[in-house]
Amino acid sequence: MTVEAKRDIGPPHYEKFLPPVVKDNYGKWKYHEILRPGVMVHVSETGAEIYTVRSSSPKLLSIVTIRNICDLADKYCDGYLRFTSRNNIEFLLANKANIDPLVKDLAAMGLPIGGIGNAISNMIHTQGWVHCHSAATDASGVVKAVMDELFEHFVDRKLPNKVRVALACCLNMCGAVHCSDIAILGVHRRPPKIDHENLANICEIPTTLAACPTSAIRTTTIEGKRSVEVDEDNCMYCGNCFTVCPAMTLADPLNDGIAIWVGGKVSNARSEPMFSKLVIPWLPNNPPRWPEVVEAVKKIVEVYSQNAQKYERVGEWVNRIGWPRFFELTGFEFTKYHIDDYKYAGLTYKRSAQLKF
Amino acid sequence: MAESETPMLDELEKGPWPSFVTEIKKAAETNDAAKDLLKQQEQAYKEKRGLWKHGGIVGIVGYGGGVIGRYHQRPEDFPGVQSFHTVRVNQPSGWFYSTEALRQICDIWEKYGSGLTNLHGSTGDIILLGTTTKNIQPLFNELSGEAGFDLGGSGSDMRTPSCCVGPARCEFACYDTLALCYDLTMSYQDELHRPFFNYKWKFKMAGCPNDCVASIARADMSIIGTWRDDIQVDPDAVKEYAEAGLDIASDVVRRCPTNCMQWDGKELAIDNRECNRCMHCINVMPKALRPGKDRGATILIGSKAPIVEGAQLSSVLVPFMKLSPPYQELKDLVEKIWDFWGENGKARERVGELIQRVGLGNFLEEIEVEPSPYMISQPRDNPYIFYEEYYEED
Repeated sequence: MTVEAKRDIGPPHYEKFLPPVVKDNYGKWKYHEILRPGVMVHVSETGAEIYTVRSSSPKLLSIVTIRNICDLADKYCDGYLRFTSRNNIEFLLANKANIDPLVKDLAAMGLPIGGIGNAISNMIHTQGWVHCHSAATDASGVVKAVMDELFEHFVDRKLPNKVRVALACCLNMCGAVHCSDIAILGVHRRPPKIDHENLANICEIPTTLAACPTSAIRTTTIEGKRSVEVDEDNCMYCGNCFTVCPAMTLADPLNDGIAIWVGGKVSNARSEPMFSKLVIPWLPNNPPRWPEVVEAVKKIVEVYSQNAQKYERVGEWVNRIGWPRFFELTGFEFTKYHIDDYKYAGLTYKRSAQLKF
Repeated sequence: MAESETPMLDELEKGPWPSFVTEIKKAAETNDAAKDLLKQQEQAYKEKRGLWKHGGIVGIVGYGGGVIGRYHQRPEDFPGVQSFHTVRVNQPSGWFYSTEALRQICDIWEKYGSGLTNLHGSTGDIILLGTTTKNIQPLFNELSGEAGFDLGGSGSDMRTPSCCVGPARCEFACYDTLALCYDLTMSYQDELHRPFFNYKWKFKMAGCPNDCVASIARADMSIIGTWRDDIQVDPDAVKEYAEAGLDIASDVVRRCPTNCMQWDGKELAIDNRECNRCMHCINVMPKALRPGKDRGATILIGSKAPIVEGAQLSSVLVPFMKLSPPYQELKDLVEKIWDFWGENGKARERVGELIQRVGLGNFLEEIEVEPSPYMISQPRDNPYIFYEEYYEED
């Protein structure tokens, strides 16, 4: 039997998926308390309570695991569950007595709970080598290695404030990591290798020229074939050309790697939202566990956790102590690559004599 | 025991964090595509590079987006993932599910795909990771016809809107993020499913300035809940926090960015005219402090990741807007922006880049919004002004 498609029906209405206690108290929540790592309670004006158990997730989930998760939601949560904006799984319980058995069942499935409050929540990340054509590094593998190392900060909440770690496997940043406390970013470092033989057949040349933010691409003819050439001095390996023209490959195992960025935030709490800033321009891709990247991230978290004041996010802490001290405390090398040379670069120069020595 | 074919990936099954490798292996027990995904991933680790081909156009009849074509560079080595397309499925508002709905998706995906998913993709969709060209249409038929799910966005269209948990489980929500997310998604199905914009357009709805969906960094239009009147204070609950050991002077008052609070050991006084709605005090004392009652949202515009011209944060467009169905004021604004962007934007130019190019002042004039000092962090400090008028002697 064939099923008829329905077009433009949109997603199912969310009301169908709200647990009864949520439906009854929608918009009536009064306050919440974090009871212990990974567990919080929200209390309604009606006096009703809902307990949230936040579980880790690798984001890449098999239907086997999803069904197992559903079993738990059936057993403890009346058949409802939700996911968070950072890919955690949230179980919403009307009955407090179900918390411990649920946590025990989750542990048996290899899903620790945590990520609430002054902790490191799940990392948001992109597809990497699992599914992407423009990745300069893998995503899931680096995330797994980093989260193994930061694990104590997921299952506990002893940091000065939350630390949001994110990974994007190229500058396209479909994970939009540019406002994270710690951002791990896959970078290419070598101008595109051009397939002159096929370029004119598979790429629209005017679109390719227009794609370059520094106008570094020009038309040329190679052995009678129309193609393009790149002014390599003006190439910043952003990958825009590759996005519109598959004949301009950027992937290069020798030169692809990871840059580390620090101090971004999206919340408006205390300070305004801010971008993450470059602290390590390049680390090698070293699968399967990316030890250099793990070490760098761990170092940032350690130094932050030892030096920041209560409630300071990473960026707020660095703004207080100043970047010279950040580099001193972390031991990261400061190079000319840390100094911006793109648009509005001058705004990032130190334009005062207020210096700490 | 036979030697493992994936020694490098096996390393990523060790350690306390749940492993994506284990997930792929679970799917691989019954699915050949997942089996070859694992092998190609091991090969990528050996070579330190991705092995997927660029692009490939596949789709559903009547739709222009929602499916990302993906082919392997070495189909002969990894036949199971020769074609391994992604299907983006529009998630329900707030990522709430019944287990019945999730199981239904699993059953359909078992039949037509790799059995692997992302919950969720970066923009918010349910990502069904890996299927063949021939399976896409029957998969969609069952997803829409039986399970009641529809595709999300991809390419130059309105991408799938997403929102925070909002009033469903958060006391900070200043408007109904789930309702607005659903309403915009349904109102703009054509824009979502048929890419006719210059480039992508993203909506994200955050219920309060904590912005748990990162709307200010990731949405062409960021809709962030806020309030205009005074913070609601429960003086008894303030005392309870103090008695329980919270150092209000240090942890709340000293951290206030506008110094609008005073604490004398008994009473917390707030000069609400000076409050800039940062949320810090409310975050620290949710039992005692709450957003005011005159609630709505700040509408901001233009954020994006680096591609093409560099990353941007959204900036204020409407300092305060009341938000209730049918959201006509908001939709009128959105449609004016889309018209101007459609007429004047270049190919692959996000609205934030268009604003950078033409200037916020000119943009406001075109969309008929009055300039306001709320929209800037400071007036210009450069004297090169493009005056549009001058007097002539009669």
